[in-house]
Amino acid sequence: MSGEAEVQFQYTDAADERQTSLAGMWLFLASEMLFFGGLFLLWLFYRVLFPEGFAEATAHTELALGTANTLILLTSSAIYASGIPAARLGRNRVVMVTGAITMVLGVTFMVLKFYEWYKDFEDGMIPGPDFALHGPQAGGAQLFWEFYYIGTVLHMIHLAIGIGLVGWIVWKSRRNVVTHVHSTPVEVVGLYWSFVDMVWMILYALIYLGPRSGA
Amino acid sequence: MSVTTELPKNYVNEETTLRSWLLTTDHKRIALLYLGSITFFFFIGGAAAALMRYNLLTPSGALVSREMYSRLFTMHGIIMVWFFLVPAAPTTLGNFILPLMIGARDLAFPRINLISWYLFISGGICALIALFYGGLDTGWTFYTPLSSNYAKGFVDLAAFGIILVGYSSIATGLNFIVTIHRLRAPGMTWYRMPVFCWSLYSTSVLNVLATPVLTMAMLLMGLERIFRIGVFDPSLGGDPVLFQHLFWFYSHPAVYIMILPGFGIVSEIIPVFARKKLFGYHFVVWSSIAIAVISFFVWAHHMFVAGISIFSAIIFSLLSYIIAVPSAIKVFNWTATLHKGFISFKAPMLYALGFVGLFTTGGVSGLFVAALGADVYLHDTYFVVAHFHFIMVGGMVTAFFGGLHYWWPKITGRMYHEIFGQLAALLIFVGFNITFWPQYLLGYFGMPRRYATYDPQYQVLNVMSTAGASILAVAYLMPLFYLTWSLFYGERAPNNPWYATGLEWRTHSPPRVQNFTETPTVTEGPYEYPPPDEVQHER
Repeated sequence: MSGEAEVQFQYTDAADERQTSLAGMWLFLASEMLFFGGLFLLWLFYRVLFPEGFAEATAHTELALGTANTLILLTSSAIYASGIPAARLGRNRVVMVTGAITMVLGVTFMVLKFYEWYKDFEDGMIPGPDFALHGPQAGGAQLFWEFYYIGTVLHMIHLAIGIGLVGWIVWKSRRNVVTHVHSTPVEVVGLYWSFVDMVWMILYALIYLGPRSGA
Repeated sequence: MSVTTELPKNYVNEETTLRSWLLTTDHKRIALLYLGSITFFFFIGGAAAALMRYNLLTPSGALVSREMYSRLFTMHGIIMVWFFLVPAAPTTLGNFILPLMIGARDLAFPRINLISWYLFISGGICALIALFYGGLDTGWTFYTPLSSNYAKGFVDLAAFGIILVGYSSIATGLNFIVTIHRLRAPGMTWYRMPVFCWSLYSTSVLNVLATPVLTMAMLLMGLERIFRIGVFDPSLGGDPVLFQHLFWFYSHPAVYIMILPGFGIVSEIIPVFARKKLFGYHFVVWSSIAIAVISFFVWAHHMFVAGISIFSAIIFSLLSYIIAVPSAIKVFNWTATLHKGFISFKAPMLYALGFVGLFTTGGVSGLFVAALGADVYLHDTYFVVAHFHFIMVGGMVTAFFGGLHYWWPKITGRMYHEIFGQLAALLIFVGFNITFWPQYLLGYFGMPRRYATYDPQYQVLNVMSTAGASILAVAYLMPLFYLTWSLFYGERAPNNPWYATGLEWRTHSPPRVQNFTETPTVTEGPYEYPPPDEVQHER
């Protein structure tokens, strides 16, 4: 991996390279927003179409776990972001530590999420013939749980990629290759990590903060 | 000049191993990888079309079963839309020419450019496997609940291939946008950029923002098939029309993804062969941007008969009229550029002129189907088929061939055979018109699309259409041979064979590995004809 700290030939200088990489990630995130946007649009459409069913389903979600996970993810973003000024100064140790904490928090989120899925399964929240909820609102409630699984699994995939990327940053900083000239990857990964965070914020509202019938 | 003359090092002969091609990050080599791939898919999709046209020679179907016919038009649509029309111009000509045009040494992200080709190839392999193991019969539109509940065949695999090729488009689009923002040479201001760059920019915006919605639509449709979820299934509370909304939110902008690069190519060719500055540069540029923006708000004109409310149908109908305005502006500007020009009918120009005529015809027929009342009658008839083939094939494919001939000397360092080039351009024009004019009439007389058989009264026009398609097939095969021939025996191309302006003509033919020995500085607009260093040349 020689030449990692050099500016690639198509850029005029390091500042150019930095701006270009950041622009690339912003555009990618714009694309990702439209991806999740399609899902959220349909989700909201059905929520309006079946308000009672969605309310009944929302009552069966694990609000405490979801809230804990939201706090964990927000904290992780704050901690990762606090490493970025250090990266610009080339302080590899700080980048490594903040990156490692971010990874630990990301993995904690995953563990809690898997536990939550386990509880959802225990409660019989599996759309299909064995769905636990019955009655006139069962159809809407099933749709809610379908969106729930699609949304959380897609988010989980993004989070796993994010943990991998942060791992790459930690590996880079361990080898002391983050310098004040070459701190762009730290920022680019940070943008992605915050995006995953923001997708979760919307999911949090859609999943747990709906009208909780009976609550 | 002998063929064995030592050439200076360029992007082709710098390294010659297979590995150096498959792992290249040079935008010029990736463009050639793409050129090979999309040519392959063009002829696969074309073969499916040929079989369909052959089948329609007789009212009862001359060749294949109804089931097979459905699979044929599905494969034709999928291959042609996602594996040829959408990627064709941006990934080949755009990839090659864009950095040269703006004076850059490569795209902003060369490795992402290579990844995009591998994504394309992976998606292509999925589609080909689906094709050779029997295909699918949903039509290229994958409408639910047909696709999700009833269709047999390899729907999931084809959808997965489309998702992959979608990410390839996103990667290319992202790369182009960032490149145009960041890598322009000194003095290359936004309004000194050639129109082709602007049209690639508009295309890329659509690619980046519309494709992910298709990905979501395909993903939900696939999940519906695999897990029997009910998002689009009415019996489970879902709404199948929602799929159409998501699908056309991508696929209508995709029409402009396909045609906008064509606009750009024609805007490059016409000034060169009319020896005149492009008329109304700013209008041509901003009409591309306008098309890109408005194209996000017209999708439901595909759904007038799908049960949407009359109120929204009227709005979408009006918006569809509005989007015709920027397209018309372009046609006026091209025509005005030709006016009092010093016109030469070289092959690229013949393609460009053919494009203007065919695109205008297709565009005007688009207004027929944008009209709410007329569309209720014309929907799902051959009129619609003729309409979009005029835009996509008469327009886009013709422009693509024009661009390919125009930049061929730059790409390969060889001249193609001019007479063959002109002959192919004429044959394509003639063959195209004989193929698709009868289809307008067939549609007007009420023949529905997507049927393997038809009422005997439609036979004469169908035979005409098939006859035209045979001419078209020969015409499309011609460049495959004479362009390939020129690679080995063509005359060596000078750096600027057309005496054109533009930075791509100021570097070598073929260009060196990093395009320019010295980064050029730009001091004037893109179409200052005649260029100052123009030598007296005969025409």
